[in-house]
Amino acid sequence: MNWEMVIGLETHVQLATVSKMFSGSATAFGAPPNQQANEVDLALPGVLPVPNRQAVACAIRFGLAVGANIAPRSWFARKNYFYPDLPKGYQISQFELPIVQGGALEIEVEGVRHSVQLTRAHLEEDAGKSLHEDFHGRSGIDLNRAGTPLLEIVTEPVMRSAAEAVAYARMLHRLVTWIGICDGNMQEGSFRCDANVSVRPQGQTALGTRCEIKNLNSFRFLERAIQFEFARQVELLEGGGRVIQETRLYDPDRDETRSMRSKEDAQDYRYFPDPDLLPLCVDASWIESERAALPELPEALSQRLQHTLGLSAYDAGLLTASRAWAEYYLALLKEGAVDPKLCANWVTGELAAALKREGLEVAVSPVSSSQLAGLLARVQDGTLSGKLAKEVFDILWREGGVADAIIAAQGLSQMSDLAALEGVIDELMVQHPEQVAEFRGGKEKVFGFFVGRAMKATGGRANPAQLNELLRRKLAAV
Amino acid sequence: MNLDRTSLRELADGLRSREFSSVELTQAYLERAHHQNETLGCFITLDPERSLIQARAADQRLARAEGGPLTGIPVAHKDIFCTAGWLTTCGSRMLSNFVAPYDAHVITRFNEAGGVILGKTNMDEFAMGSSNETSFYGKVRNPWSLDHVPGGSSGGSAAAVAARLAPLATASDTGGSIRQPAALCGVSGIKPTYGRVSRYGMIAYASSLDQGGLMAPSAADLAWGLGIMADYDERDATSVARPEEDFFQDFERPLTGLRIGLPRQYFGSGVDADVAQAMEEALREYERLGAVRVDIDLPHSDLSVPVYYVLAPAEASSNLSRYDGVRYGWRAQQYGDLQEMIGRSRAEGFGAEVKRRILTGAYVLSQGYYDAYYLQAQRVRRLIQQDFLQAFEQCDVIMGPTTPTPAFPFGAKTEDPVQMYLSDIFTIGVNLAGLPAMSIPAGFGAQGLPLGLQLIGPHFGEARLLAVAHRYQQVTDWHRRVPVYAAAGERV
Repeated sequence: MNWEMVIGLETHVQLATVSKMFSGSATAFGAPPNQQANEVDLALPGVLPVPNRQAVACAIRFGLAVGANIAPRSWFARKNYFYPDLPKGYQISQFELPIVQGGALEIEVEGVRHSVQLTRAHLEEDAGKSLHEDFHGRSGIDLNRAGTPLLEIVTEPVMRSAAEAVAYARMLHRLVTWIGICDGNMQEGSFRCDANVSVRPQGQTALGTRCEIKNLNSFRFLERAIQFEFARQVELLEGGGRVIQETRLYDPDRDETRSMRSKEDAQDYRYFPDPDLLPLCVDASWIESERAALPELPEALSQRLQHTLGLSAYDAGLLTASRAWAEYYLALLKEGAVDPKLCANWVTGELAAALKREGLEVAVSPVSSSQLAGLLARVQDGTLSGKLAKEVFDILWREGGVADAIIAAQGLSQMSDLAALEGVIDELMVQHPEQVAEFRGGKEKVFGFFVGRAMKATGGRANPAQLNELLRRKLAAV
Repeated sequence: MNLDRTSLRELADGLRSREFSSVELTQAYLERAHHQNETLGCFITLDPERSLIQARAADQRLARAEGGPLTGIPVAHKDIFCTAGWLTTCGSRMLSNFVAPYDAHVITRFNEAGGVILGKTNMDEFAMGSSNETSFYGKVRNPWSLDHVPGGSSGGSAAAVAARLAPLATASDTGGSIRQPAALCGVSGIKPTYGRVSRYGMIAYASSLDQGGLMAPSAADLAWGLGIMADYDERDATSVARPEEDFFQDFERPLTGLRIGLPRQYFGSGVDADVAQAMEEALREYERLGAVRVDIDLPHSDLSVPVYYVLAPAEASSNLSRYDGVRYGWRAQQYGDLQEMIGRSRAEGFGAEVKRRILTGAYVLSQGYYDAYYLQAQRVRRLIQQDFLQAFEQCDVIMGPTTPTPAFPFGAKTEDPVQMYLSDIFTIGVNLAGLPAMSIPAGFGAQGLPLGLQLIGPHFGEARLLAVAHRYQQVTDWHRRVPVYAAAGERV
């Protein structure tokens, strides 16, 4: 039997706010335990939550970016359960009526485009962390993370392969970092996925029983976990068994998922509207001001690069891989009237290679967009050949400076003095009469010999086009 | 000066004219409290040293002619308000070791005004009770009759003011917890509009109903204190920003033409004859002052108790989840794993009534019951609110008995929770509607126990409400009566 896999993803995106979802504590990563937990985070008696306006703005921006409906009125609800690192004994989340409803994200897998429908995105607060090591039989609790704002983004069960799920996760990651609502740091847990996986016989419309795999904090783990889970469920079904609805955990060391808790011991969270908070009201003017602050989105920019600037889909993809790449490229275009394709070639070629070599992010590139623009202007106007341009680039990379100054100091500009070039050619023809004769006898290959010699004689500064033309004219002349 | 008969204004004048110092005044009250607490049980915590530090600071401000109307005046605070450096128990064993590291907004307001914290008053555990019998710290006795309850949950504050152990006491009201004990102890009490007083630092029972308020002998004293207490606080999302208000603004306004709404449902059977008689006399007094009676209807008022006992426990079951023995509060000595630690700590830390409400609340929020109980109760709550809003189209103030009966003896209702719950039948609707309301002394029953008149106003109508109460207190002296028990009144 052919089995089809059905995947839906729930992604917890940690919002890049200064303070927590409902308290004034800082959200920075890596502070010593419990140093970023105030009376509200500790859930002392009597404390109250106040929603973080910045976090709401992030949710609005996300909703706009995926074409979702922004609820003018949404509710915070309490999700009740006991856990030592959940200080209030409930998590403030959104249940009925989340702030972001619907929307979609475009992905492309092996050249085929899909639209991944979103169910919702809602605001909630993170829990703290239980530390089970280092305490000699006791557990420690670190509440620094407690109350950190999260946007949980939920898709419909519309993905059909691990590759699609990973493509969606990557696109989502690009989007949330692009619009600046998340730092995207997966190691620190700023972006983590739960995957709902089920299988069904090819052609069946009803969904199979799903398992939820929790806390996948890398694209690779996401892919492996889904693949393992698919194989596990298929094996189970083909062996005559059935899938039990449960929550599973992926163990990267063993590359397998294992059961955490089954639906039978699933808790009743007793959701109800949080009476400490008023309905969350978002008016049209707030939405419009967030829309105005939204940068051009990656997909739109990619289309513009292809259709107005004539870049290839491949280059457009590379240049919109992240906000930083796009910003670099757009800044480069802004610097002057340099050919967009030439710019694209350099950014995706020379610059990308150099950055990769040194393991640097484009945002901290040693050669700034204005430096590169200065260099490319000289390529465009013919002052520099491609080869010379690379030399100047290397100097800019190593030593900094301005292209024009480097060209002048090192005498690297192409010879544009036709008379001087003619002199070089004349001299070569005098020195190599046999080769001249050979060429005139029809041996075209000898042409290359003269180009090489001329370049050598000019220290590579001859303009190749000019040299070609002049050489052909002189050699042909009897 | 006779502490039995002194208003806050007189105390403030005495402090300003240096007739006595805040230290002297505080010591006098502390002495009374110390002597009588063993009998009355009003205070869970008295800490004279801390009180006197504040009194000395107040005296310094007064010496520089600084400070405000409350500077140097001792105030008793219900033990529901977190008070930095003070044990803050909320009447529970669960918080028997909890010294608050921060001040509730209400405490901050009084501290900044120069008030002296006299002590923390006894209360029903987590404000759940109508007789103060659920406190882990023992019963509070009604100063008018020591074998009767003072009411609850703010029984300690009410009894302390009644016995004049404090000139002013903070309290809180979720279903009547200010008005009912005020009525039973013969003092004046005000529950402000929901959102008028910050709930930050006031330990939550039922968040959508809880509201901090005050008790004092007279309406004028309450107006004095409410000016300090009422304040917008950005740390409480349900706090309402309003322009500063003078709560004395209507005190000189005659009551001519005041329309007093009398809900049919508050004068039916079940109301004690003495109570009905006292209400009638109070209303005649108001008529003499120029007010007119208007019969009104609150058709859903019989549903207020059942609605309240769905919503309040639902919120409480969640609000009290934080008491898990992990970070502070009571932790069981013996336990195996984490779940057991949490379970046992809660089993040992909470009393029976609190457990009853947590269980009720968890039940009505459970899958399969949520719609039938919680959602349905929310719908009826809106109907009850509508009733009040419609009533206020016909009248300016609603009046009726605060309670159907005077104080009852200890143990009379402890075996039957529903009977206990019904003692709040006239007060609960106000919380469901978020309205301001008062209870003021309006006479005594056959056994010499005080009776309370309830006044209910439209949202943010506290100034008018206080004035209406004040005009009555100008022509009556019920609020000046002090129980014989405490009438010996030491002098300073």
